[in-house]
Amino acid sequence: MSAAAPEIPGTVLFDGRMAMRGYALNKMCFSFNEAANRTAFLADEDAYCAAYGLTAEQREAVRHRNVLELLAAGGNVYYLAKFAGILGLDVQDLGAQQTGMSKDAFKAKLQAAGR
Amino acid sequence: MATIVGAVTTSHVPSIGGAIARHQEESDYWKPFFDGFDAIHAWLREAKPDVAVVIYNDHGLNFFLDKMPTFAVGAAGEYRNADEGWGIPVLPPFPGDPALSWHIIETLVGREFDPVTCQELLVDHAFTLPMKLLFPDAAAWPVRSVPVCINTVQHPLPSAARCYRLGQTIGDAIRAWPGDARVLVVGTGGLSHQLDGKRAGHINKEFDLKFMESLTEDPEWATRFTNRELIAEVGTQGIELLMWLAARGTLGPRARRVHSNYHIPISNTAGGTMLLAA
Repeated sequence: MSAAAPEIPGTVLFDGRMAMRGYALNKMCFSFNEAANRTAFLADEDAYCAAYGLTAEQREAVRHRNVLELLAAGGNVYYLAKFAGILGLDVQDLGAQQTGMSKDAFKAKLQAAGR
Repeated sequence: MATIVGAVTTSHVPSIGGAIARHQEESDYWKPFFDGFDAIHAWLREAKPDVAVVIYNDHGLNFFLDKMPTFAVGAAGEYRNADEGWGIPVLPPFPGDPALSWHIIETLVGREFDPVTCQELLVDHAFTLPMKLLFPDAAAWPVRSVPVCINTVQHPLPSAARCYRLGQTIGDAIRAWPGDARVLVVGTGGLSHQLDGKRAGHINKEFDLKFMESLTEDPEWATRFTNRELIAEVGTQGIELLMWLAARGTLGPRARRVHSNYHIPISNTAGGTMLLAA
């Protein structure tokens, strides 16, 4: 990505730099495609994160269930969505958390975009 | 030679699968989106496609960051759906058309596109839900299929211009395929939405409508933007409009709009559907 390219507010593109930073976290989230792995994570979160070699930053972000921290640690939203699924969160929950809004306010914002 | 009967482009958010499973197509929330398919169903009954070439983006069901192809083409006799981690129902397997797959692959490589070829490929909601939207009542899938996957997970993504040319080349391949197959092209994704970051919830109705209009009036309009410029307009996942551009590219320079629908929101997304015919 060109250094001169303008920033997009509130947005970090998932490029090679982020893909390398987030590899362990994303690999763990990719494993959540399988129900047995989701169960194993819930049964022993520490052991599961350790098995995937999460960095300290990634482990803390997982512990906090904090989407902006997970993204900063290299998480990709497509894989993180599988983690969110374990927690029973949908994409409006994720949007509300990242924007600091209530879920109802976030949904109202989406509705308003259609008018 | 084979004929391209038309191209359908549509959004593909996972919650469409939940809405279908819970029979919510007529609910106040979902009806404005699902109603956009009634005219397409009527058209499909006349068009009678034999094969669907489905251009979509995988969301981490089949491909991981260990090996991330920019373009991938399925070359299997069957494509299976699988658990994506959040509980939408797994749909029955899709019959493939390996002969058409290899014909498309040979044409693409001959024209200096170099896709990954996949004799095993799990297809995720971006492939399966549009097929369910097109053929909601079919006891068995009424078409064979060829999946074409474009990377939108990890940047750099292929440019809009490159995706349009990919579609043009796939269109040329189909039109040169011996036999009399009737081929439907499907492009899935978009329209504007952003799931990640402080700008989550970004939607751009004005740009989406301009983009939809451009597909008949000036199909190469969107190819003049860089991906970064497109993402600034339509969001990090709105860039899935690349699938629409590739699908449009298959039709040749002129296409007419048979039907279109646009509704905000479905989930976090501006839901768009178009049916274009050459």
